[in-house]
Amino acid sequence: MNFIKELSKGLIKENPIFVLVLGMCPTLAVTTSVVNALGMGFAATFVLLCSNIIISMIKNVTPSKIRIPVYIVVIASFVSIVDMVMAAYLPALHKNLGLFIPLIVVNCIILGRAEAFASKNNVIMSIADALGMGLGFTLSLSLVGSVREIIGAGTWLGFKVTPLTYDPMLVAILAPGAFISLGFLMALMNMLKEKK
Amino acid sequence: MGYLGEIFVMAMTAIFIQNFVLARFLGLCPYLGVSKKLDSALGMGLAVIFVMTLASAITFLINKYLLIRYDLMYLQTIAFILTIAALVQFVEMVIQKNAPALYNSLGVFLPLITTNCAVLGVAILNTTAFRPDGVTPYNFLDSVLNGFFSGVGFTVVLLAMAGLRMRLEKAELPKSMQGMPIALIIAGIMALAFYGFMGFKI
Repeated sequence: MNFIKELSKGLIKENPIFVLVLGMCPTLAVTTSVVNALGMGFAATFVLLCSNIIISMIKNVTPSKIRIPVYIVVIASFVSIVDMVMAAYLPALHKNLGLFIPLIVVNCIILGRAEAFASKNNVIMSIADALGMGLGFTLSLSLVGSVREIIGAGTWLGFKVTPLTYDPMLVAILAPGAFISLGFLMALMNMLKEKK
Repeated sequence: MGYLGEIFVMAMTAIFIQNFVLARFLGLCPYLGVSKKLDSALGMGLAVIFVMTLASAITFLINKYLLIRYDLMYLQTIAFILTIAALVQFVEMVIQKNAPALYNSLGVFLPLITTNCAVLGVAILNTTAFRPDGVTPYNFLDSVLNGFFSGVGFTVVLLAMAGLRMRLEKAELPKSMQGMPIALIIAGIMALAFYGFMGFKI
């Protein structure tokens, strides 16, 4: 039962982007299309899952004074793996995400979960936590990506979804559109929460 | 164009055209988190300039004389983040010991900077960046200057944001727009304004 609870909290109640407001840099930078958003989401979920497993396994042998550097090394190793695997098998996606793949290391969500959850709980719970948070992150990224891709390019996952007469607003894909779309989405979430 | 001219182009690019926060999306956590008061924004900005300049210098040396020489490029991410974490810790200790007044104003911001992606971002970007002529890779001085100017660009928009948010406190907003949503929309409008610089050819 606890497993389900830990898994589901990342989706809505403690959603990393809309509620905790963590990991803003990739959220804004890679959500120009749904494909990029999904790629980033899965890469971060993989790193989060592996680092949570390792960190909860070594929590009893890590001296508390140097725990942060230890976590950073664990996270950075998995980020390097993702970086190299993606460069080898998905070169186009790797080029689109660019700098933001190595920057998963400093994504506050991952270090935050390591410190707040994996270092205090057992492996099973840490897996649930990582999957929940990772999925919450991926879903939020795809939501922002969908809004920006539909408004800015008139497509969704590459397919045309708007009527032919719709003239895409390019600004939604450019940098300013990222901030403004996320701002309005967050306001919408707040409004829905108040209504409840 | 002489070297001074090139430095000018680099400064304009880093501060206005390819601003770290508004065009490259780096360092957003402090940009949205520490921009509620003007004086703490200034402290954060100065600390970031300091660390980014130092980190650019040290990571350039590590990259050139360790990673490239011994063919260890796959360790770049790990090497850079550890260097930055150690550097920040070291700077914090040195300032605390030798300049307590400075430590009191900057100290609280220093630990936060390790996870500021702008610092790791500038270190990685420096390894792939080219001089304004488009063919020569950055040398040591270029990297240090780029780190410094990028930090200045970060501070400029952080201060502008802090100034705006202080006035915003008095504005009457719908409840769902308060806090983060309106800050993001203001950042968007600022990014739109900075987009105007993109058309300039220097």
